[in-house]
Amino acid sequence: MIFNSINIFAIIGRIFINFLRTVGNVSIFAVNSVLSIFSPPFYGRAILSSLYQIGFTSLPVIGLTAIFTGAALALNIYDGSIRFNAEAFLPQILGVSITRELGPVMAALMLAGRSASAMAAEIGTMRVTEQIDAMSTLKVKPFNYLIAPRIIAGVIAMPLLVLIADIIGIYGGWLVAVYGLDFSGTIFIRNLSDFLVMRDITSGLIKAGVFGFIISLMGCYYGFHSGGGARGVGDATRTAVVAAAVLILASNYLMTSLLVKV
Amino acid sequence: MENSKISIRDVSKSFGTKKVLQKLSLEVPEGKSFVILGPSGVGKSILLKTMLGIVTPEQGVIEIDGVNILSSRKTRIDKTNQIGMLFQGAALFDSFKVWENIAFRLIQGEGQSRKQARIRADECLAQVGLTPDVANAYPSEISGGMQKRVGLARAIAAKPKILFFDEPTTGLDPIMADIINTLIKEQVSALGATAISITHDMASAKKIGDRLAMLHQGQIIWQGSADEIDHSGNGIVDQFINGRAEGPLVLTS
Repeated sequence: MIFNSINIFAIIGRIFINFLRTVGNVSIFAVNSVLSIFSPPFYGRAILSSLYQIGFTSLPVIGLTAIFTGAALALNIYDGSIRFNAEAFLPQILGVSITRELGPVMAALMLAGRSASAMAAEIGTMRVTEQIDAMSTLKVKPFNYLIAPRIIAGVIAMPLLVLIADIIGIYGGWLVAVYGLDFSGTIFIRNLSDFLVMRDITSGLIKAGVFGFIISLMGCYYGFHSGGGARGVGDATRTAVVAAAVLILASNYLMTSLLVKV
Repeated sequence: MENSKISIRDVSKSFGTKKVLQKLSLEVPEGKSFVILGPSGVGKSILLKTMLGIVTPEQGVIEIDGVNILSSRKTRIDKTNQIGMLFQGAALFDSFKVWENIAFRLIQGEGQSRKQARIRADECLAQVGLTPDVANAYPSEISGGMQKRVGLARAIAAKPKILFFDEPTTGLDPIMADIINTLIKEQVSALGATAISITHDMASAKKIGDRLAMLHQGQIIWQGSADEIDHSGNGIVDQFINGRAEGPLVLTS
């Protein structure tokens, strides 16, 4: 019995130490990543390529997510608000929900699944096939060439994607409201634009920048530290997506509590 | 007395409880081709990566041209920048074309224009016996032997003073292995470089090496010329070069 208790404490202790070690390693990696962004040489072509991969090629999936989320949200808001005759507020509630929460969070989760996994797999494969070692023998710092461009691209692309997701999401809600719930399209837009303030949109965009950093950081970190073989790369890919998703949701609450004036 | 291009003294490296290098010392003469032999998993690649500065040893001194590369980050980068390396699996960048792989250092590391770097890439491609039509292929579109040649072309593109070869003939058929060995010999000689190769292929070692050394249990247990290895008087070396399962060298999985 006593031995069992000791075993449990040992396991908890080991898990806690491993957690602290990971937090420490990720923090050091994050600091080195940020430093590499500001230290030459700068690889413009690699930044553009990452922007294209993270930003442009993610547009279809982000757009589809946004339009269906906006449409479903409009139905849910209508169904809930009609119980106390408040269905006229659908545009306002839809606008705030999408710009502040659903736009950034849904887009970030989709991008975590799409881009963090791709980064971890690509960099992880480069690690296990010694391409990263080769790079450092070719007078090129892997942090400057592989990590910095992806971090920059994540931080720039994510707010742009969220802005587009906001517009498409609201458009999805508008479609449902006008063609399914007999709202006037003009009044919908007028109510929405009268109600929304710049802070609703900027708070979502600030979150998006942080989410972009988290997605790139997790993809790069787990790829860079990938273990050997196909299994190692698979583990790195899965862990990158899970870690990015958890950090996105946790940091979303933290940022919301800071950005919302209660 | 020959000048040492690379000097390693008392270098140790462990991974967990496994001691890979144990106070290893080695002198590599300038302009010579030095081959380190040993079975798989004995730490040959770790030794090479330690000299490259990719792996940091727990103790010891690694000098290139008399300067300890472990003394500072800047020294390490300055000194290891004069090394070109052919990796075991070639380690070509699969998202780049063959010529872009060869010119990678020139473009990304030294800031040359793509046009200028392309000329040098084509020269290197010809030096390793590949035709210009390979230049625009991707690494996945060429054979393993061709990938090794491209890896060699990439290693020599910046005309390095030191060349490292990690298992250059692994995975190649005997004819292609001999072609690669010949190319290595030619290119090392043409550049006047100091070369260090690690291999467990005896035919390769004897062909490309001026001096051979045997790594065992983290230390160099024998070294001598290619002619001397056949009568080294060392039981472990004899067992290894003759490929015998029985003997003092016990391989664990």
